[in-house]
Amino acid sequence: MIRSMRWKGAAFTVPFQLGFVFLYLLPIGYAVYESLFTEKQSGLGLGGATTEFVGLDNYTQGLTDSAFMNSILRVVLFACVQIPMMLLISLLLALFLDALTSRVASRFRIVLLVPYMIPGVVAAIVWVNLYSPDVGPLTAIGTSLGLDWNFFAPSMVWPAIGNLLTWHGIGYNMVIIYSALQGVPRELFEAARLDGASELRIARSIKIPFVRGALVLTGLLSIIQMLQIFNEPALFRNITPQTVSDSFTPIMIIYNQAFNAGNYNYAAALSVLLALILGVASFLFYRLTSKEAD
Amino acid sequence: MTLTEQTTERPEVRSVRRLTRPDPASRGRGGQRFLLVGLVLASAYSLFPVWWLIVAATKDRTALYQSNGLWFSGWHLWDNLHQVFTYQDGIFLRWTANSFLYAGVGSLGGTLIALATGYGLARFDFPGRNAIFACVVGSFLIPIALLTLPLYLLFSAIGMVDTPWAMLIPCLINPFSVYLAKVYTEATIPYELLEAARIDGAGELRIFFSIVLRMMTTGGATVFLLAFVNTWNAFFLPLTVLRGKENWTLNLGLYNWTGTRLESGIDLTGLVLTGALLSIVPMAIMMVAMRRYWRTGVTLGALK
Repeated sequence: MIRSMRWKGAAFTVPFQLGFVFLYLLPIGYAVYESLFTEKQSGLGLGGATTEFVGLDNYTQGLTDSAFMNSILRVVLFACVQIPMMLLISLLLALFLDALTSRVASRFRIVLLVPYMIPGVVAAIVWVNLYSPDVGPLTAIGTSLGLDWNFFAPSMVWPAIGNLLTWHGIGYNMVIIYSALQGVPRELFEAARLDGASELRIARSIKIPFVRGALVLTGLLSIIQMLQIFNEPALFRNITPQTVSDSFTPIMIIYNQAFNAGNYNYAAALSVLLALILGVASFLFYRLTSKEAD
Repeated sequence: MTLTEQTTERPEVRSVRRLTRPDPASRGRGGQRFLLVGLVLASAYSLFPVWWLIVAATKDRTALYQSNGLWFSGWHLWDNLHQVFTYQDGIFLRWTANSFLYAGVGSLGGTLIALATGYGLARFDFPGRNAIFACVVGSFLIPIALLTLPLYLLFSAIGMVDTPWAMLIPCLINPFSVYLAKVYTEATIPYELLEAARIDGAGELRIFFSIVLRMMTTGGATVFLLAFVNTWNAFFLPLTVLRGKENWTLNLGLYNWTGTRLESGIDLTGLVLTGALLSIVPMAIMMVAMRRYWRTGVTLGALK
């Protein structure tokens, strides 16, 4: 390629590069820089605050901050339950759709995608009200079944949020798995059927291994989302502050440190820590799932 | 890029399967019925919250608390709409306009930048190209908090917090859009075409605006649609950079209304639900109108 044309090609990417520097690299650099300092009140707090370089103090504080570590643990444990469950349902529905004639399948596919079209905040508003003992029908349904459930009780918060996330995410994950399923060469099924394999066996031995990549991807995306969960618990907190504390998830803690406690330096250190944890978690998950494939 | 559309139909495969299937009983009526029951149950689960929301928006306060949640009781939809649009001097309308402004203008600008970048990355070979692409993919892993908090500080240093710019500017740079645009360029713009245009003496800018952009209408529409939905649904960024009610988005406004009850004892549940229903309407219209694009976009973006 001619040298001058190369640079013309590079010019097309300049607006993005500038924006990326200003909106991504600069903020990250700034966060890392801020995380190395702390604001100290001099004297009795009358002399105003001074900023002091403290090195990695904010990080050691973050790593020993039980509220922060507990919030991460809480989210990770929750992810271990909710994500496999959601993916399993999505996989089942995708397999169901794949076994139907395509005409019927496309109808169901649209219906199952309806929740995904709804903004996360609105989805949370709807479910919080469905759970509400005053407005929602679920409490009454529970009573008629002899179940005395209260979705706002501390023990029910995670199942309640888990159901909301599952409801919101099934459609999207199903579509991704379903389109991967469409790529399975149909001759494989014929061959298997001639060999006397049942439909269940075909699903287990051909279809599911084939969509492994799609499952890994949806799992990875779900993990990234889960570690950053904020909207849903924030909305629950708006309604029942006594069950959802303001340090429920890592991002809630970071937000509170920055905007309620005014402790930007510490908030910056915590967000860098979260980014590192996210990177490590994604890497581990990817390694683990692709290793098994070999 | 119409990958899913094509494979979804596959009429020839189906007829072949029907002819050669050795044992039709293995997946006979019973099997199909089982699948249908499962899917109907899943559909009911997906739809009943939306149904409940629609029903709730038609009720007055007493019926909302006392009648069966899944069926109508009185018709007060117009009253509710009137209340939503007039409460606090019609601030809801303002939030709607803001959401449209941020999602519309932000996504349009973001799509144009993404298409140019994707084209540059896919069809030119220049030093640093791989580094840019690595940045694009790597940025998928950066948590929103890590970007949003320092961005807030930067914006407040230059006096942009609490202005529409604080929402619009971040929307202009969307790595996922760039990623999609690159994939679409690779699928739709052949090198030969570019060569031919160059031999005819067209300049690079002219080629981009009059040939590439025109051929990328479908891909561009998908990128725009996904960016629009993303911005419309955004919550953490507006919550962080917008302080005054005037510049809020619909999501932020509704979130604030849900919390009002605790602070002041005023019950806005009816307003929140009617407002929530309204905020879905533009999404639903767009999704239906552009169904073909977004379905392929969702799957292609995830699989490639």
